[in-house]
Amino acid sequence: MSSTRMTPERESSSPLPVPSPLPQPPVASAPNATPAPVGVAPSPIRDFLSKRGSGTFADNSFAAVMLLCACSIFAIVLFIFVILVVHSRLSLIQFGWKFFTRQAWDPVSGDFGALPFIYGTLATSLLALCMAVPLALGVAIFLTELCPRVLRAPISFLTELLAAIPSVVYGLWAVFVLVPLMRDLIGPFLYKILGWTGFFEGTNFGVGLLTASMILAIMILPIISSLTRDIMNAVPNSQREAVLALGATRWEMIRIGVLRNSRIGIVGAIMLGLGRALGETMAVTMVIGNHPDISKSLFAPGYTLASVIANEFSEATGDLYLSALIEIGLALFLVTIVVNAIARLMVWAVTRNAPARVN
Amino acid sequence: MSSQPLSNQPRPMDFESPSMRRNTTRRTATNYFVSGLCILATVLVILPLIAILFYLIYKGASSLNLAFFTHIPAPVGEAGGGMANSIVGSGIVLLLASLMGIPIGIAAGVYLAEFGRGKTLATAVRFTADVLNGVPSIVMGISIYSLIVVQQKHFSALAGGVALAIMMVPTITRTTEEMLATVPHAIREAALGLGVPKWRTAISVSLRTASPGIITGCMLAFARVAGETAPLLFTAFGNQFWNFKLSEPIAALPLQIYVYAISPYDEWHRLAWAGSLVLIILIMVSVTLVRIFANRGVLKGGS
Repeated sequence: MSSTRMTPERESSSPLPVPSPLPQPPVASAPNATPAPVGVAPSPIRDFLSKRGSGTFADNSFAAVMLLCACSIFAIVLFIFVILVVHSRLSLIQFGWKFFTRQAWDPVSGDFGALPFIYGTLATSLLALCMAVPLALGVAIFLTELCPRVLRAPISFLTELLAAIPSVVYGLWAVFVLVPLMRDLIGPFLYKILGWTGFFEGTNFGVGLLTASMILAIMILPIISSLTRDIMNAVPNSQREAVLALGATRWEMIRIGVLRNSRIGIVGAIMLGLGRALGETMAVTMVIGNHPDISKSLFAPGYTLASVIANEFSEATGDLYLSALIEIGLALFLVTIVVNAIARLMVWAVTRNAPARVN
Repeated sequence: MSSQPLSNQPRPMDFESPSMRRNTTRRTATNYFVSGLCILATVLVILPLIAILFYLIYKGASSLNLAFFTHIPAPVGEAGGGMANSIVGSGIVLLLASLMGIPIGIAAGVYLAEFGRGKTLATAVRFTADVLNGVPSIVMGISIYSLIVVQQKHFSALAGGVALAIMMVPTITRTTEEMLATVPHAIREAALGLGVPKWRTAISVSLRTASPGIITGCMLAFARVAGETAPLLFTAFGNQFWNFKLSEPIAALPLQIYVYAISPYDEWHRLAWAGSLVLIILIMVSVTLVRIFANRGVLKGGS
């Protein structure tokens, strides 16, 4: 389109410059050097150019301001790290590394250990991943490969709406809908079928690790599915055509041509979901039961790193208590940074050379 | 020479053999089975969304009334009361956050797209922004608490605004950069060729061309922090009364929903549903506006 438009213009403009170079050099170079200051032809453009400064100073200072703002992102990360270390030094000194392997949590006698919270965080996050990953992959495959074009935009819009709902609203919904459902319907059912495994034992209050995992799974689903969709869209179409040309069915095409090419990115997307699940606070706090126990049963109440901070931070009395809570925050910060960094690198490795996204 | 290709010729395949046909049937069946699973997964994902939205409207709409928007919370035991102060408080905190977060985020995005192309520093900034985006909001809350609230010795609206602003920056930076990257280079070159200085090109040409996308990014970041509760727990803290001072604790809609949701009173639960509905409507409206903006962008039609 643009090339066809370009050619006539070039043709029409070429007759003008062609005759000029021949007579001009001797004539034009002399007037060109002298009349500019005299102002033979005072054009507004020349006027503007002569009045205006070189602009180097403005350019440099603008670039410097932009650079400063960009570096503020480093500053934010560094500052969070430093401030958390400084404010948790009491507990860092008192407990050392043992803080993360001790089970005690006794604010009254000043005895703190983070093991129950680590267990709760890992258990809920992994369980949430187990529920969310198959569903998210299914949605992503459906949206990129199977879905009729008409439905594609509305469905991806709906799944993105799921990401826009605030954590506290999920929590509210879970408290009043999911918890009774767990207590009266899903819990007894699971106990009847899988009670012998020992994972579904004890009193079922409706709140507990399993309920928290379910609400977490709903919350991380849209993140995983939209990232996986982007990654699968980045697979070149020639891959698909090649596999189909060999006589593969559609599913074989997806498995061999698409999933195999994007597996690194998909693992990255899942890890980003894991990072979200580790740090999710409000909804989990509202349904996990908030009790620092380590129990095999998934019905049992638990506690996560994020929810103990949310629950006890504002009522923490005593410097050691506060610094123990901040140390938990520090651990959460470092773990999510590492998980996210690895995940991002994996996603980048797959989507870096991809063509620009087409919405 | 010529006999070799002949000897290497494959045997003619028997397409009608029963084993082959069985194989094809199995493969086709697998294909349909997996396609069915994918459709099932999509339905299972959309179901909770519809369940949540339906329940929210059902519970929230019946509790919405004029008092909700005009009154401050009533003490326990008294009927009535609303969340007017929370709505206004949320607005104040979000305004503060936007005033701080949006300029820094856009400027960082401009650096990445206009000045930092291909530089190691820019890659590092981009990576850090992506990682910062995944840091839990509660961590932001306790670090701002340690920085501002401990120094000032009291909770404040300002601290809440700073915490939310920090959460907005990485999102805005990345979307700004992505949007600026879609601006064709020819436009910049045209401006620079006319003698427009580089800073002016960045502001009036690149940013202006990409502005629909950048507004989209800002509103997405806004919608994301609008529902954040965790960072406000220790910074804005919440307040049962009116407050317009930046140095004092301020009420916020998500905070108030949290307090009401975990309370044992039915009246407060009702208010929590109504508050959630209002919050969701606010967020949905901004996300939908974003969609409209994004689909009608300057870049969509041209070049």
